[in-house]
Amino acid sequence: MADFIMPSLGADMKEGLLVAWRVKPGDQVKHGDIIAEIETQKGLFEIEVFSTGVVGPLLVNPGPDKVPVGTVMTTISAGDELPSPARTSSEKRINISPAARRLADENHISIYDLKGSGPDGVIGLADVERVLTLAPPVAAPEVVKQTTDFKTGMRDAIAAAMSLSNREIPHYYLASDIDMSCALDWLEERNRQRSIRERLLPVVLPLKAVALALKKVPQLNAHWVDGKIQLKKDVHIGFAISLRGGGLLTPALHNVDQLSLDQLMAALSDLITRTRAGKLRGSEMTDAGITVTSLGDLGVRTVFGVIYPPQVGLVGLGRIAEQPWVEQGAVSARPVLTATLAADHRASDGHLGAQFLDAFTRILQEPAKL
Amino acid sequence: MAEQTRTITYRDAVKEGLREALQKDERVFLMGEDVGRYGGCFAVSGGLLDEFGPDRIRDTPLSESTFTGAGIGAALGGMRPIVEIMTVNFSLLALDQIMNNAATYLHMSGGLFNVPLVIRMATGGGKQLAAQHSHSLEGWYAHIPGIKVLSPATLEDARGMLWTALADPDPVLIFEPAVLYPMAGELAADAGAVEIDQAKILREGRDLTLISYGSCLHKCLEAAMSLAEEGIATEVIDLRTLRPLDETCFLNSVAKTHRALIVDEGWRSGSLAAEISARIMEQAFYQLDAPVERICSAEVPMPYARHMEEAALPQVMTIVETVRRMVHG
Repeated sequence: MADFIMPSLGADMKEGLLVAWRVKPGDQVKHGDIIAEIETQKGLFEIEVFSTGVVGPLLVNPGPDKVPVGTVMTTISAGDELPSPARTSSEKRINISPAARRLADENHISIYDLKGSGPDGVIGLADVERVLTLAPPVAAPEVVKQTTDFKTGMRDAIAAAMSLSNREIPHYYLASDIDMSCALDWLEERNRQRSIRERLLPVVLPLKAVALALKKVPQLNAHWVDGKIQLKKDVHIGFAISLRGGGLLTPALHNVDQLSLDQLMAALSDLITRTRAGKLRGSEMTDAGITVTSLGDLGVRTVFGVIYPPQVGLVGLGRIAEQPWVEQGAVSARPVLTATLAADHRASDGHLGAQFLDAFTRILQEPAKL
Repeated sequence: MAEQTRTITYRDAVKEGLREALQKDERVFLMGEDVGRYGGCFAVSGGLLDEFGPDRIRDTPLSESTFTGAGIGAALGGMRPIVEIMTVNFSLLALDQIMNNAATYLHMSGGLFNVPLVIRMATGGGKQLAAQHSHSLEGWYAHIPGIKVLSPATLEDARGMLWTALADPDPVLIFEPAVLYPMAGELAADAGAVEIDQAKILREGRDLTLISYGSCLHKCLEAAMSLAEEGIATEVIDLRTLRPLDETCFLNSVAKTHRALIVDEGWRSGSLAAEISARIMEQAFYQLDAPVERICSAEVPMPYARHMEEAALPQVMTIVETVRRMVHG
């Protein structure tokens, strides 16, 4: 038996609003299933469950009251404790119109309990509406309308997290200029053979390089919790994504060290789309061990980052621009990337930070190995 | 103050539109078979020859390809020609000019040469003109990128679409249902140009959306009146422009009624009705409470005999019965 609690989706989150349950008592769930929708100051998130089993009684009702982080909301008992009441796919297919199915879903009415009055017993809108008018009001949809003004909420949340960061984290900053000619030549050659859809954006190279550099310098892939460093086993990288209405989110790309560049590109596109559509999962808000912020598109040369607590480092990527480059006594124009590291001096020292940037630089000189 | 109206036929509404265009812009001229001395084979241009002279009301030889091509040339040369083709069946002789030249020049010239040509033609059955004069091929033309396809079904549109079409920098085809020419009704005294970008809801309803155009629109309106007496409220949409389609209009309507019936005088296979049905399925699937249905013409060459022709064309009674079944099951 495991408790499912109101999760913390960031250092700044103290409470959340349960918008809707996606499960009913007795439902079978497995690791990774979406169990609820939770609204925070930063938006609406889909929350996954991390145990497998059967959902117990729902102890918290959807809003309007906010629920403190850590509150037990339901329990998940191990799979064999209860027989699964879930319906199997072998059951007869139900004939129901798309509109009726949607209305039933929205109101948490099981389509298996509906009687169809249409031709050949098809369930139509009218059949669902009839059930809705008969049903007691408590069975009305347990969905709360959006209550938070995300624009102000977002600002408040960023303000809280960044104040905490600047107040508590003794930052140190390192910067390296990196010759990107090898990496970009390689990328151009690779993209030339591909259709436009399959092409890689330059940002995936440093993203993957950060992941590989973290394998060499794992102390920067960590959280600082209660005065101690907690190293992260997996390489999840938060990526700063600005939102069209203002504000930003730093959801995690998972297991970046294990992704091919194509997979990383696909994961990045998907993450950006979902971030802007408000379709992020709770885990994506919490499990990054480091954050990468790329502001080069806007012409920024050097990023001086503020760490997102409880992480201990932030990698800033500036623009890649041609600059004079001196090598072996000769000057030539090279595409140069200024990469920075902002790191938590409680968790690491400049020497370690330098090793990280050095590893990052070397990795980018051998793009074929990315 | 009550709006001033007058009684007018569809035919005269079209003629008014022509007259206005000829008066307002000296680059405009009308060209086609029998448009001058004979006054138009459907009597649309009667009297215009006397009024505007043979330079601007030009009779042409019986060669659709030639005079449509001449129209394209005139348009390229800075004129604003209105080419009249007697019926849509004959327009197939000019299809090469319409599709390979008029519709493509802007593209083929890299944007240098646009073709501000308007082609009018009669379309559709219902007049016992048999299998070579009665078909409804607007859907074919609506397949072609590079042209606009208009289907005036109301007096307002018969009167007002021409001027807007002439103002368009690219080719516009106007399909006038032959059966509507004698239709009389009230038209605002100051009726003039109308927009050609949007479909129009001619009757509001909550139970089912009837989507139609051209002569079938009037059958839908008649069916809607009779259905209203049984308590079925249908929404009737006049598509007006068949290319580009104003899908927002019918998608919004389906979101309200959850049922759609398309009434299209074209043949069913590969029809405009099929296109609309597909778009509803693609973009409004979860709004549907019943499958989208279509009433189209029978897939036969149009028969000559009156009762056979009636059986081949969509009819009010079929619309009423289909709607009843779709709503009540």
